[in-house]
Amino acid sequence: MQRQVALIKQSLFDQGYLDDQFMELEELQDDANPNFVEEVATLYFKDSARLINNIDQALERGSFDFSRLDSYMHQFKGSSTSIGASKVKTECTTFREYCRVGNAEGCLRTFQQLKKEHATWQDRRGLGRQHVGPSKERDK
Amino acid sequence: MINPGHGRGPDSGAVGGSSNSDPFPAGLRVLVVDDDPTCLMILERMLRNCLYRVTKCNRAEIALSLLRKNKNGFDIVISDVHMPDMDGFKLLEHVGLEMDLPVIMMSADDSKSVVLKGVTHGAVDYLIKPVRIEALKNIWQHVVRKKKNEKNVSEQSGSIEESGGDRQTQQQRDDADNNSSSANEGNWRSSRKRKEEEVDEQGEDKEDTSSLKKPRVVWSVELHQQFVAAVNHLGVEKAVPKKILEMMNVPGLTRENVASHLQKYRIYLRRLGGVSQHQGNMNHSFLTGQDPSFGPLSSLNGFDLQALAVAGQLPAQSLAQLQAAGLGRSSLATKPGMSVPSLVDQRSIFSFETPRMRFGETMSSGGTKQMSLLHGVPTGMEPKQFAGGGHLRLQQQMRGVQNAQSSGMMMMPVAADQRQPSFLGQQQQPMLSSGVLRRSDLADAVAVRNSVPESSSSSRVLPATTHSVFSNYPSEIPRTSFPLASAPRISIPASVSYQEEVNSSDAKGGSSSAAATVTTAGFGNPSYDIFNDFPQQQSNNRLNDWDLRNIGLVFDSHQDAAAFSTSEAYSSSSSTQRKRRETELTVVAEHMQNHHHHLQPPSRSLNQMNQIYMNGGSVRVKSERVAETVTCPPATTLFHEQYNQDDLMSALLKQEGLPSEFDFDGYSIDNIPV
Repeated sequence: MQRQVALIKQSLFDQGYLDDQFMELEELQDDANPNFVEEVATLYFKDSARLINNIDQALERGSFDFSRLDSYMHQFKGSSTSIGASKVKTECTTFREYCRVGNAEGCLRTFQQLKKEHATWQDRRGLGRQHVGPSKERDK
Repeated sequence: MINPGHGRGPDSGAVGGSSNSDPFPAGLRVLVVDDDPTCLMILERMLRNCLYRVTKCNRAEIALSLLRKNKNGFDIVISDVHMPDMDGFKLLEHVGLEMDLPVIMMSADDSKSVVLKGVTHGAVDYLIKPVRIEALKNIWQHVVRKKKNEKNVSEQSGSIEESGGDRQTQQQRDDADNNSSSANEGNWRSSRKRKEEEVDEQGEDKEDTSSLKKPRVVWSVELHQQFVAAVNHLGVEKAVPKKILEMMNVPGLTRENVASHLQKYRIYLRRLGGVSQHQGNMNHSFLTGQDPSFGPLSSLNGFDLQALAVAGQLPAQSLAQLQAAGLGRSSLATKPGMSVPSLVDQRSIFSFETPRMRFGETMSSGGTKQMSLLHGVPTGMEPKQFAGGGHLRLQQQMRGVQNAQSSGMMMMPVAADQRQPSFLGQQQQPMLSSGVLRRSDLADAVAVRNSVPESSSSSRVLPATTHSVFSNYPSEIPRTSFPLASAPRISIPASVSYQEEVNSSDAKGGSSSAAATVTTAGFGNPSYDIFNDFPQQQSNNRLNDWDLRNIGLVFDSHQDAAAFSTSEAYSSSSSTQRKRRETELTVVAEHMQNHHHHLQPPSRSLNQMNQIYMNGGSVRVKSERVAETVTCPPATTLFHEQYNQDDLMSALLKQEGLPSEFDFDGYSIDNIPV
């Protein structure tokens, strides 16, 4: 079991979905907080879903309020980076760059990519959890 | 391969171990503020792992209220930069001013500009997300450092407490005044709070300027100037204690002394938020000869001024106008039937809460110090005193207030400085330079009036930034109006509207050239209210309530000032009084009288100083009140703000209603070198 988990994690690391920060979170998990990583991840996906939704809506409006988008994305980046979702974080950074230069097309493209990475992350996580066993809920 | 658990293990273990062996870091009371729930959760966990006592909060406003409710309940604050309700920098500012706690900023934004902004705003550290527990393990050092500094300060001066006592007395007096005057308590309190904050700043300034952290070494003004000169020569960033020491070449001074002072100085500079850069300019315009001495002071000013951008220097005409305005104002004061302010008033001329007594002293003694306006303030006010309150901050305004008692002194025109806070990246709008008016006694004032050619002619109102500070002194009245620099974004829109308003007002003034009008600009800032602390005429005095929080207003005012400076029409207008009240707060920007009356302003002696802090998006205006004695002519007029004719009208009406004159000094604290 432990090995399985380790393997899954390793694959996530290898593929760049996770970074050191995630390990940091695991370090924080101890007997007193056995489900810390899980809880954090759950919180992250819940919150990030909200952000993605916000950004979706903002993009759908057609008019690009870059400062607003940037603000959303900054938040997204903050939480993604804190949980170690490196690929998502990378997309966030790219997105913000596009915001800075006012590239709506780039924003849209990046956002699609971001959602994809986010979903992948989420899926992997869910997968990993299933393997591991007790996964309470699919976050989100 | 990354091995989970690898690497972390030792760290966390170390944390626990160290905590156990040495209890200190454990139990550190940390307030974490972040709107991101994920980050907040992780941070909380990490901090708890460090055995800190953690309070988490997802909103800056809540954090602030928590801090205010429980001032001693936390040792350190960790705050995110980007938050929806309140910018992290704003929170940082508040915490720095009100609680004086170390604040660590954090953000996923690692751009240099943002980090720099955090540092310049006084953050003790800036953590880039993702925050690592290793970084959190060491945050206690900031607490220790802070406390150590405070300890040194307290040791330094016994005078601090005394000053505190004075201040206390002053406050009580103020309270009494307020009650009698019927000023609203809320405003008053807020103003007082504001003052305290200012005092605190002052205290810090003091530390930087004249005080000494090391018991053995007293950082006198001269010594500090040497220090500053050395640092400037070396470059603030490059200056190292050893080289500074070499440059200073002061026997007995040790590298440690310098290092300690440098550290404080840097912190101070940070808090100035880049204002310091403008110091040089300020000095030049204001004090040509005094640069060295003022350097430190200017820095103080700069601190306040951060937000302010100073416009170009005032043209001679404008100066004349200012004088005239002052005269006019005085006349107005008399007009209302106000008797000439008694000498007593003069005593209280400077009433910052604490400093007041001192100012009074300096004033009285200061027969010789005309120039000392700038000087006097810094010297007169000792850091200690300010510091004494713990959170007392001196406002630079006080400085401005100092007037030379030397009789025969007329008004001193002050050149305006242009400052741009580079750090903030705020755009500075050209503002009026500050004019310093001095008044000698009433008799003197009269003479002055005569003496001043310009004044004899139709008095002109000087445009001042809303923040411009006017100090009315019985003997001499230095005025300094500083244009505030407004953040670019804010300022722009506001400026336009203001100018228009100004124009209208000008036209109006022109039409009624004969009549002197007082213009007061009111800015409502929730957080800061300016109160007149004058016992004598507080009710009247309270013209301006500044709310710090209304950024928009502040900016407007700034812009207005700029507009004024540029527009001659305004100056032409004989007198204008304007009052504005915005929201709850009303700020009296200026009182101007144009008429040839150059009577002395009888009573008022309120000097309010407004400091505007513009930090990034947030602008703070601080207003201080200086109790000024009556004799001072209300020369200062600020026309920063846009005035609508309606406003003017209302202002006039108000004035009529007001028994006494109002002197408001809109001081942009930063600008006030004096």
